[in-house]
Amino acid sequence: MALPALTPQYVLGLAALLVLVVDAFAPTSRKNGLFAGVTALAGVTSAGVAAWLFAGGAGRTTLFDGALAVDASTSFFTAVFGCVAALVAVASYDYVREEPHQSAYYALVLFATAGMSIMAAANSLVTAFLALELVSLPAYALVAFLKRDAGSVEAGLKYFVVGALSSAILVYGISLVYAATGVFGFEALAAAVQGNAHVTVLGAGVVMLIGGFAFKTASIPFHFWAPEAYEGAPAPISAFLSSASKAAGFVLAFRVFLLAFPLAAFEALGIPWTLVFAVLAIVTMTLGNVAAATQTNVKRMLAYSSIGHAGYALIGLAAITTTTSSDVAVIGASFAHLFVYGFMNTGAFLVVALAERWGVGRTFEDYAGLGRSAPVASAALAVLLFSLAGLPVGGGFWTKYALFLGAVQSGLWWLAAVGIVNSALSLFYYSRLVKTVWVDAPDETGVARERPTGIYAAVVVAAVVTVALLVAPDVVFSWADAAARALVSA
Amino acid sequence: MLVEALLAVTFVAAFAVLLAPAKYAGRLAAVLSLVPLVGSLYAYTTFDGTGNALLGGTPAFETVVPWVDIGGYAIDWHVGLDGISLPLVVLTAVLTTVAVVAARGEIEERRSLFYALLLFTEASLIGVFSALDFFLWFVFWEFVLVPMYLLVAVYGGPRRRYAAIKFFVYTNVASLVLFVGFVMLVVATPVESFGLAAVAEAVRSGAVTGAFGLSASTLTGVAFLALFFGFAVKSAFVPFHTWLPDAYTEAPTPVTVVLAGVVTKMGTYSLLRFNVTMFPDLIRQWALPLALLAVLTVLYGSLAALAQRDAKRLVAYTSIPSMGFVLLGSVAATNYGLAGATFQMVSHGLLVSVLFLAVGYVEDATGTRMINKLSGLADRLPVVAAVLVAGAFGYMGLPLMSGFAGEFFVFTGSFAAPYPHAQLVTAVAMFGIVVVAGYLLRLLQGVLMGPFEAPTTVTPRSRRDLAPAVVLVLLSIALGVAPGMLMGAIQDAVGAFVAVLGGGL
Repeated sequence: MALPALTPQYVLGLAALLVLVVDAFAPTSRKNGLFAGVTALAGVTSAGVAAWLFAGGAGRTTLFDGALAVDASTSFFTAVFGCVAALVAVASYDYVREEPHQSAYYALVLFATAGMSIMAAANSLVTAFLALELVSLPAYALVAFLKRDAGSVEAGLKYFVVGALSSAILVYGISLVYAATGVFGFEALAAAVQGNAHVTVLGAGVVMLIGGFAFKTASIPFHFWAPEAYEGAPAPISAFLSSASKAAGFVLAFRVFLLAFPLAAFEALGIPWTLVFAVLAIVTMTLGNVAAATQTNVKRMLAYSSIGHAGYALIGLAAITTTTSSDVAVIGASFAHLFVYGFMNTGAFLVVALAERWGVGRTFEDYAGLGRSAPVASAALAVLLFSLAGLPVGGGFWTKYALFLGAVQSGLWWLAAVGIVNSALSLFYYSRLVKTVWVDAPDETGVARERPTGIYAAVVVAAVVTVALLVAPDVVFSWADAAARALVSA
Repeated sequence: MLVEALLAVTFVAAFAVLLAPAKYAGRLAAVLSLVPLVGSLYAYTTFDGTGNALLGGTPAFETVVPWVDIGGYAIDWHVGLDGISLPLVVLTAVLTTVAVVAARGEIEERRSLFYALLLFTEASLIGVFSALDFFLWFVFWEFVLVPMYLLVAVYGGPRRRYAAIKFFVYTNVASLVLFVGFVMLVVATPVESFGLAAVAEAVRSGAVTGAFGLSASTLTGVAFLALFFGFAVKSAFVPFHTWLPDAYTEAPTPVTVVLAGVVTKMGTYSLLRFNVTMFPDLIRQWALPLALLAVLTVLYGSLAALAQRDAKRLVAYTSIPSMGFVLLGSVAATNYGLAGATFQMVSHGLLVSVLFLAVGYVEDATGTRMINKLSGLADRLPVVAAVLVAGAFGYMGLPLMSGFAGEFFVFTGSFAAPYPHAQLVTAVAMFGIVVVAGYLLRLLQGVLMGPFEAPTTVTPRSRRDLAPAVVLVLLSIALGVAPGMLMGAIQDAVGAFVAVLGGGL
């Protein structure tokens, strides 16, 4: 019997409901471990089922009258979201142990993950928007989850205000596109934009859509919420948003622009949207990395670095041409980067979660000497950060290289050059943190640190996967290429 | 599979030592470091490679396994040893064991990490010398960087942070430049793999096309310079040498042994592998300027050494002229020049380690290493004195020690080099030896000779601690007496160069 194509999404949604139901029937007993376990299991299961569906050779399936379409890119990104959600859930086991309303926390994580995996299957602007809101609304609440912590509440509020604004812009963009074409479905749009008569309206709509995606992916010009939200949010949620939610924004952008707005048709209309993405890529990666280099707060540094990484991933959209082979290569590289980034970045933020739990403070200096008192976590941090910088200690090396090579092969060698300079700059601030952790002396020596099992396990898994992807990158690359091909030649 | 076994054993050893309690880490590391040592000696005795791995030869212990395919380029796990890489792998294994043994008593805290990083470096170095695919080579090349940085930054002297950061930044910029340069070259060349032999073949046969708005010849030149810059920083040719004295001086002695003995050889080895093998035309065309750079490196390095008062810093500066000789031999592109350069790498690795170990013992015993504060130690520390004298004379080129053989081969080859004024350039470079002799004799005189005055207390370490230095001296003598032990394999690999590059002797 073949599994339904949406099984991963069902698993996530049902797990969320299960958490709520269990809590409704037994509201008093402590169930943190149970909820964390259910969430992690649901994440791993959905990722595993997605991989299984992909390996089974399931092609493109359209559902609900074309509102959703499941293909290789859906399964690829569902695996990313599932893995990140599992890591976050395992780490949250320690992080929210003392907090009230745990059922809400885990249920919201599961709902957001389900929303992301639906974004990866969206095949119409309506489902795309609904799925995006299914991610955003839980995310606002999760950022503000520590409701007695002023920073957390402030971050949630800022995130909500910017998020609501960008949702409005996105909806307005969708309405303009609809005004120009009269359809929502991606295939219908692709046909309707050919030689469309309402170029101005359509162009304005597309620009607004780009704005909406920029918010979700924390790219320029809607990036400024990210440092505030990531800094104030519980660290596992920062990890979740900066890894999974960003990837969800990207997969949706790729789907919309590859399936609904074919480049050839838009170039004929005089709207070469790749140029917009090229500019956004350059500005985003440069601004993200320069700002990260000037931070003194570790979490903010990681937040700005995640903006920089959005810039790298944007290369995948900027370097699209109308040549299938090079498109598949560069889009696949972008996908693969988001996959590896899911592990590298989540792991790095979870080390921050660990530090927050130990109460070591937020600035670089506060991390001094962690290499002595917590060698395993510090070694993992070093691997994750160097891999983020693109040194060949983790899979980040391959994916960055593939992205830049893809840009070169699409003729955008200057974009690759900017990316390389940015990578070099990023090594500066990543290695500064590694230096602080390993070289600088701590203020007090011989601190005995507790070892929160969940966070430790998640950090170590993230680091091990990152290194494993250096050794065996082909697993991800072949899947990412298939995912890219599914969108390019759909 | 031997190379894989060596790599696997050494990486596993590094992790085992990392997890071992600090008390036993040193002993465990010493025992475990014998495994790759024995393995590399086994590789030496069973070596059956012929020719040059990049020039159509058959490397020994070769394996090729497809690794990943990115953007239409095949990247393979491709390792193997030929006559150029084999001696360096053995050197790496020998010097790591020496460093591990020498660290006993020197490193007091965070010992497990220290020995683990040393072994990790060893494994990465073996990887650099045995990789025959660009990406594999680059991954190992970068692997060396991080542990070296930590070894200097955590365990070094008072100015360790400055020295470590400088080392890290310099070598990282160098890596980035050479990486970009090489990838640009490959993208502009119709090859579908990053195998070094395939790329070398394509570039040599003139298959490079114009790209990135550059003509084919400009692009080739840019790639050549990018690679040369990367290796020049790593091997510390003047003017890219300024990281070296700081890093060597601040690093603890065992780390300096690995750094000076092997890590700089990565640069000169890769220079042979990339620049000389892939761009024979450019090497011939630019031989004179490059040879002049070598002469500058020799003279500047030795004159700077002459001005040092700190014995360790003086020894650090001695490395620079030696690397200049290697460069001189490499650009000569003659049989003896290239073979001599390779031989000199091994010889210098042995002898510079002897000097650093000896200076380290002196500092340990007296608490200082300023030459003007030391005097007359010859009768207080006779064995150390003997080792120091042997190392210094080997360095100056005393016949029947490896230094003589290496420099003799380099000069023989360099005299016969085809570029204009080769004899004159070589003669000027040979003058450097006189300066080398000058400052090394001044070191011996200042530290060992004269009346014994200050410092008042000399606490000699156990004589067992001198064993590694003595072993290295014996190895140097063995190589000096019978250079054929290595030269057979080296010349076999270098012969292929000369067939391609032209040039004689």
